Amino acid sequence: MIPEYGHFALILAFCLSLVLAVVPMLGAALRRPLWMACARSLAVGQLVFVIISFGCLAAAFLGDDFSVRYVAQNSDRLLPDHYKFSAVWGAHEGSLLLWMLVLAGWTATVAVFSRDLPPELVARVLAVMGMIAVGFHLFLLLTSNPFERVLPMAPAEGSDLNPLLQDFGLIVHPPLLYMGYVGLSVPFAFAIAALLGGRMDVAWTRWTRPWTNIAWAFLTIGITLGSWWAYYELGWGGWWFWDPVENASFMPWLIATALVHSLAVTEKRGLFRGWTLLLAIFAFALSLLGTFLVRSGVLTSVHAFASDPTRGVFVLMFLGVVIGGSLLLYGLRAPTLRVPASFGWRSREAFVLANNALLAVITAVILLGTLYPLVADVMGWGKISVGPPYFNSFFVPLTLTLALLMGIGALLQWKDSALAPMARTAGLGALVAVPAAGLLPWLWGSWQWGAALALAAAAWIAALTVQDLWRKSAFAPTRWLGLRRLRGSYWGMVCAHLGVAVAIAGAGVAASYSSQQEVQMRPGEVLAVAGYEFRFDGVTEQDGPNYRAQTGAFDVYRDGRAVAHLAPEKRRYQGGQVMTEAGIDASLGRDLYVVLGEPLGDTAWAVRVHVKPLMRWLWVGGVLIALGAVIAVGDRRYRRPLPVRADVSAHATGS
Amino acid sequence: MHPVRKRRLLVVVFIVVVSSIGIGLATYALRQNMNLFYTPSQVVAGTVPEDVRIRVGGMVVRDSVMRAAGSLGVSFRLTDGNGELLVHYTGILPDLFAEGQAAVAAGYLRSGPALEADQVLAKHDENYTPPEVVDAMKTGHAARAAREADAQGSSTP
Repeated sequence: MIPEYGHFALILAFCLSLVLAVVPMLGAALRRPLWMACARSLAVGQLVFVIISFGCLAAAFLGDDFSVRYVAQNSDRLLPDHYKFSAVWGAHEGSLLLWMLVLAGWTATVAVFSRDLPPELVARVLAVMGMIAVGFHLFLLLTSNPFERVLPMAPAEGSDLNPLLQDFGLIVHPPLLYMGYVGLSVPFAFAIAALLGGRMDVAWTRWTRPWTNIAWAFLTIGITLGSWWAYYELGWGGWWFWDPVENASFMPWLIATALVHSLAVTEKRGLFRGWTLLLAIFAFALSLLGTFLVRSGVLTSVHAFASDPTRGVFVLMFLGVVIGGSLLLYGLRAPTLRVPASFGWRSREAFVLANNALLAVITAVILLGTLYPLVADVMGWGKISVGPPYFNSFFVPLTLTLALLMGIGALLQWKDSALAPMARTAGLGALVAVPAAGLLPWLWGSWQWGAALALAAAAWIAALTVQDLWRKSAFAPTRWLGLRRLRGSYWGMVCAHLGVAVAIAGAGVAASYSSQQEVQMRPGEVLAVAGYEFRFDGVTEQDGPNYRAQTGAFDVYRDGRAVAHLAPEKRRYQGGQVMTEAGIDASLGRDLYVVLGEPLGDTAWAVRVHVKPLMRWLWVGGVLIALGAVIAVGDRRYRRPLPVRADVSAHATGS
Repeated sequence: MHPVRKRRLLVVVFIVVVSSIGIGLATYALRQNMNLFYTPSQVVAGTVPEDVRIRVGGMVVRDSVMRAAGSLGVSFRLTDGNGELLVHYTGILPDLFAEGQAAVAAGYLRSGPALEADQVLAKHDENYTPPEVVDAMKTGHAARAAREADAQGSSTP
């Protein structure tokens, strides 16, 4: 019965979302306080029923109920319990239910934390989120019902979760990424509400900014985790493949990055209003596009599931309605929000504008490279794939330009700055960046252009950010007090910008100085890669919970000293699938990475060995960027005093 | 000119210049880095250019995977049910690469014809076959069926 309860709860949640999409919106238009006020309880009610539904599916997984088709396809009795739970979102139907859960969660969170907002705005925001929920409920119920049964011929055993997904990465990567993806629906809903209401004041930006920051932080962490997971789980030693699905998560991130910056200008100076709204719309539209690309099965990718075309058509139609509708609304209403503005080119506004333009260009280039093969296929121009060189040849120079502007832009004043201090600052930055480019690459034995540029960019950002921190903290009796007096939003920016510097340095050095060798090795043989000696000590067999593993033993020496012991595995799962687990020794300075290929007769094995300097920096940078966004949310000005309000809201809930 | 208009003009000019440079570069780079997908029978029929990086997909022919002794060199044949193409590759094959299963090889065509692959991709789960390969197999089988029907038709006078 449990799966039926789950299905039923999902249908109830759908009904609530229907009411949520219509009634508060009408209430805001007709000024009916009661109609508007019901939005909160509807949002919370929807969350409750989606949680029940999700819980039922999880119970079906944990209880090995193989009469549910989705469970039978993605689990089996021997799967460890934590993987049974994460298998809930291991394939199409369940990951959509997770998406729905996250959306309901965000909607309810907005409902709970929006007590201080004008009631019309809350009603409209929640109603827009309700509309999105209606779309996804329909998608779930009509095309991808996770509770479908295979009765009366229920299989006795499930066909196991794809071994690629039996990993810590799968437990955390999708929920975090979805928190980011779906979180972008909040600024989207705020943007639509602002367009409908024709009001976009400081209060609006103050409310939108923290939500955007949090969603962006989740997206950042989600992408960082995805990159890390691909690195250690796929066994190719790569950390970014320009795979269409990676692009699908990266494009909303880029636009959300632009949005985070543009919102800052809108809050501080009241400018870029139309642009900010447009970015909010596009950021969410690109998340939906990402969902379409991943879920429709049009792509050849690690994330593509065997699926039927009706799903793709559904998401495409939904995408059309959302993008078309919101752009139409934008076209009609945005001109009313225009404000006259003036600022010089040496102002922070100008640099944020340049940042936004560059981010938009990068997104457009990635979009072109991602969609072109699809378009070509539909138009019958042949089956094409676009290789990483295309993306790299744009992304690298554009990112370096972005880094250059970022160093200066963050130090400038609003409206206009004098030329002399700007030139002095740039001079100081160059004084650090040029030696960094000339000298630092030698740490890895040779001088290479790519690494030099990346290190110069990183040094430039870091030097200018720290210099600004020093300057801003000078106006207090003591330096420590000065640092403590700086605002949370400023600290957030410092942290995120330093994160970018760290990530650029890591990516540049890892890309330039990684060594890789694929060879045949017998036990006792030694392979030298980049100053490290890898000794192969043979392969032993072990049993895991639901697989049998062949584990290689490698001892790594540097200058005769043992530095690491690596144990890469080759696993054969119950279902007959073979998986490679890389043996990795990670440190801030370098990663040692060994993969077992296949046995090549008697005791010889094909072995791949990588040495990747500064690999961890890339992900540390990603974490710092996300941390920066969270620190900025902690700024005092977003924590409004709540003196009288508490009474009012208590009264409101009592009535 | 009015300062607001001047600023607006500057912004517009900036956007136009940046985006046109971007579009120009993008189209150029896209052309340089496109990898066209072919079926083994297209390659055998000689309709595929040499010195261009291409991708070929199909099923790995049973008993065709051959390891070179003492190195990581490997060769195998790909089929779409109509033609077969020899592929050479040096390195570790993906986990799910297996005879009788779908695979996509990318690289340059050499005389023979044979594909000198620098990348071999296999499906990543049991239920999934790359859409290109599904299409290739369909057209390949259809072509062979048509040919056999033809042959039968012409052999009976």
